[in-house]
Amino acid sequence: MSEIALQVVGLVRRVQGVISHTLVDGIDLSVVKGEFLAITGPSGSGKSSLLYLLGLLDAPTEGEIIICGQATSKLSETERADVRLTKCGFVFQFHFLLPEFTALENVLLPMRAHGRMSAKDMNERAMALLTSLGLGEQTGKRPNQLSGGQRQRVALARALANRPEIIVADEPTGNLDTASTEQVFGILRDIADQGQTVVVVTHDAALAARADRRIHIVDGRIHETTFGGHRKSETAVTTGSPELQS
Amino acid sequence: MATNLLLSIAWTHVSTRVRQTLVGMVGVAMGVGFTIMMAGLMQGSQIDFLRQLVDTMPHITVNDERRSVPNQPAEQEYAAVAMSNVANVNRRPGIRYPDTVMASLRSWLPGDVAPSVKTTAIVDHGGGRVGVTLTGIDPRLEVRVSKLASQMREGQLTDLSKAANGIIIGQALAEKLAIKNGNTVLLAGGDGTQISATVVGIFHSGLKRVDEGQVYSLIGLAQTLMGQSGIINELRVRLNDPLVAQKVATQVEAQTGYKSVSWQEANSDLLSSFSTRDFIVLTVMGAMLLSSSFATYNIISTITHEKRHDIAIMKSLGMREASVRRIFILESAMMGSVGILFGWLLGYLLCYAWSLITIFNPLTGATVPLQIYYSPTHYFATGAISILCCAVAAFFPARKATRVHPVEIIRGAS
Repeated sequence: MSEIALQVVGLVRRVQGVISHTLVDGIDLSVVKGEFLAITGPSGSGKSSLLYLLGLLDAPTEGEIIICGQATSKLSETERADVRLTKCGFVFQFHFLLPEFTALENVLLPMRAHGRMSAKDMNERAMALLTSLGLGEQTGKRPNQLSGGQRQRVALARALANRPEIIVADEPTGNLDTASTEQVFGILRDIADQGQTVVVVTHDAALAARADRRIHIVDGRIHETTFGGHRKSETAVTTGSPELQS
Repeated sequence: MATNLLLSIAWTHVSTRVRQTLVGMVGVAMGVGFTIMMAGLMQGSQIDFLRQLVDTMPHITVNDERRSVPNQPAEQEYAAVAMSNVANVNRRPGIRYPDTVMASLRSWLPGDVAPSVKTTAIVDHGGGRVGVTLTGIDPRLEVRVSKLASQMREGQLTDLSKAANGIIIGQALAEKLAIKNGNTVLLAGGDGTQISATVVGIFHSGLKRVDEGQVYSLIGLAQTLMGQSGIINELRVRLNDPLVAQKVATQVEAQTGYKSVSWQEANSDLLSSFSTRDFIVLTVMGAMLLSSSFATYNIISTITHEKRHDIAIMKSLGMREASVRRIFILESAMMGSVGILFGWLLGYLLCYAWSLITIFNPLTGATVPLQIYYSPTHYFATGAISILCCAVAAFFPARKATRVHPVEIIRGAS
């Protein structure tokens, strides 16, 4: 039986306001270690909201998110930040690199925030990550000196810096050209193949098809689940709307 | 969270925003600099005034009065006897055995003591009459208890002994009655005694009330004018440290039984007004430093607004809210620290420049430089207050900015 990296039980996220709105509506989901999960759906369907909940960037109204066996619903904001720092790596549609820092310094950032490695080890790891992503020559450049694809790869390296269990990516190829899209997606695929869990939100059906599993979200609910060729385990259970699962 | 990382981010922010950083630093520097200048100027003028005051008068005056009426012998012997409406039929009692008292005081006093006779008189010259305080002194002992010798503009203290009925008057009195050194004036005592006296010296203390209302003579002349030969009604004490005068006066009074008045007590009204002035000055200086911190507030507000994406990403990476907030407080502290250094330099230069300015005093007729007091306390105090103001000024915009939910910013950017 494969180890579960991420488990979601009865997840609900409502936004209170003049008109209350339910972004995520009762999702149950388990993702095994090393699985590549793609979340698709139309705009406003709640896929990004679900991703932010999975990465502990947002807190659910109801339900529980268990990351590597650790229940998170009762954690304080500080404890959630610590979980994000050590167990989650984020990649966004916009690279969100710190503009005044070089590529190397951006990758060093999570490691320095964690503070568990020596400066030498941190530098070596950051250099190794950038080199492995084809950015060995770009380490001293600032984000504005890099192309879109390069920036996104730096963001990927930063997400990987603390060796997180889960990589959470929100439309990581949304702003990239075809070649860069292929490259970034390939890297994410490799990351999953090497044992880290990857959860990606994407509009690109072709890319989503290359994931181990794809869940299609509509109105905050899992509308459809599709297993790809790289299916990791039979224990990868997807619920929520069982009758609609394929 | 590693402080090095926070410092590194903070430094990057301030060093890449040169104009904003400079504005913030200049704001702090101006506040600190002008506060130091103001503190130096106010304290300098105050100290100068007090120095003049202390130099002009004895630090402690022991006179032949008592704080409270002593118990009468009959009261001591017979509890039922009560004396009321007792009139002192004698004239001034004087200090009993003044030489013995002085010898006793000299044995422990951190300073020296000299006898004097104090009375009032009217100086009459050329049709002008001015009431004065006449103090009979011993010129040999006077130099130990006052700065009169160094305040002489014409003649010398010892000239009192060289002329019959010699007196030394203040410069303001001399000008008021058109008296010149060597002139003869008429002194009238309280009981109608009139004596012709010769002006043998003119002094200038810098205090108008002293220069216009104080006359010195030998002890004998003052006693004659009082009509009480042999009396000593005042002992004048000068201490090595004028600031302990109040404490020593209490000891002297306890020992001698005579009323001993320190210069602080004699000028308590004036010193009280200084306290009020100090409070006003401190309030103004505090306001200056606070105002300078508004520049910091504005700049940190701007930076946090510009950096909201960075704040969101740092929080999403797992940096704690308090750590992110600390970055902006560190930025403010950096700007504040450099601003304070420049402020110290500016303050020193302003103090130096102000000390070159001279002001004509129409009352004393003297042109004197502005007195500046240089004190490390001014520098440390303004620095500490300023850095505190900067930290507080940065805290609120930083707190507001870091409380924003990262998802809101990330969604906004998307």
